[in-house]
Amino acid sequence: MTSEHTTDFAIEGHGDISVGVSGAGASGDGSASATRITPGNALRPEDIALEVRRGTAKPSGDVAEYALRLGDDALILAQRLGHWISRAPELEEDIALGNIALDQLGHARSFLTYAGAHWDKSEDDLAYFRREPEFRSAHLFEQPNGDFAVTIARQFIVSYYQFELYKRLLDSTDATIAAISAKALKEVDYHRDHSAQWVLRLAGGTEESRRRIIRGFKLLWPYVEELFEDDELTARLAEAGAGVQPSTLREDFDRLTGEVLAEAGLDAVNDLGLDRIPQSLGGGRRGKHSEHLGYLLAEMQVLAREHPGASW
Amino acid sequence: MSNETPTSPVVEPVSPVVEPVETGVSTSSTTDSSTTGTPAETPWSLWEVFVRSSRGLSHVHAGSLHAPDATMALRNARDLYTRRNEGVSIWVVPAEAISSSDPDSKGSFFESPQGKDYRHATYYTKSEGVKHL
Repeated sequence: MTSEHTTDFAIEGHGDISVGVSGAGASGDGSASATRITPGNALRPEDIALEVRRGTAKPSGDVAEYALRLGDDALILAQRLGHWISRAPELEEDIALGNIALDQLGHARSFLTYAGAHWDKSEDDLAYFRREPEFRSAHLFEQPNGDFAVTIARQFIVSYYQFELYKRLLDSTDATIAAISAKALKEVDYHRDHSAQWVLRLAGGTEESRRRIIRGFKLLWPYVEELFEDDELTARLAEAGAGVQPSTLREDFDRLTGEVLAEAGLDAVNDLGLDRIPQSLGGGRRGKHSEHLGYLLAEMQVLAREHPGASW
Repeated sequence: MSNETPTSPVVEPVSPVVEPVETGVSTSSTTDSSTTGTPAETPWSLWEVFVRSSRGLSHVHAGSLHAPDATMALRNARDLYTRRNEGVSIWVVPAEAISSSDPDSKGSFFESPQGKDYRHATYYTKSEGVKHL
């Protein structure tokens, strides 16, 4: 996820990076890029790592467990989406999915960096050196990509869930959770738009594309309920104001996804039969995962485990 | 990304108005190629992308891309051409809506102004006593 070099880089803060990069476009040089590039100014995982090292950001045990859940959701999804790179139906979509994967990876790095502060572990320790039962992601995120329609169906569910979650976490009493959520919210908003556009097109496209998106929703709907399950940890965090009870997101999730599905001409009951789809047992938050996660982790972790401490 | 740039010097102007098509576009290529990896049967049309880097500047041609309709072209443009904070505004234009000058007519088109230095202010000597020139 990051090498020591990039982490140290953060000590200098944002300003120094932008000076170096923005010069090319702004110089008026005829051979310069037509568009000006800058790294921008936003909360980065490195900034959180810096605060952690300085001791200005330290999560409580509950908040660390919570950040681990959010970070694992994003990390596993990023790994899944990254598999589309060079494999998407069109070059443009390839990059779109890659961008979304990188957004999710960014959220994962921030959440895991923060969570790790509680146990004196780095984001890399948490990502590469935990075993399957130690991951706290929900089952939906580890589900295989399937065809493009399955991936879009997963994106649709995930992005509408994450948007409602991060929107509420803006008010978290934990300043770091609130800050990460603020950065993630805008990105997830675009993920909602991206998946909704594709749901509309696949549902309203050809007979084949419609069949596939319906199949995608039917395959993934069993994993929706788990996203909205409360437990003791979320109850304590909601009480403290640092987190939210997942069940409180359900109403808005149902309403907003329902609007898009209606526009796509997909009736939840008649076309998708969502009311008759049994829900999986879940258990991801307790480290009980489907058979898919082990293979995913093996691929994600093999390099770091084969060559501990390697940098590139 | 552009391998279909119009070779014809003058392309009949199609409607420059970009109508967003919400649904009903053919996505068969998408679903087919997602599993088989074969090239799309009906390739997406080509769009030219213009990006404005900041308020007050004009939109500058950044490149081209393929998309099934204007709505998706805008999103693809966002994903392809503004990944490094390049823009605050994007235009997408169907490539076939752009009429371009004939590269073979450079002489008749662009050489006429050469040598006409009286069209430049520097050709004229400043009159005495005129201030602020």
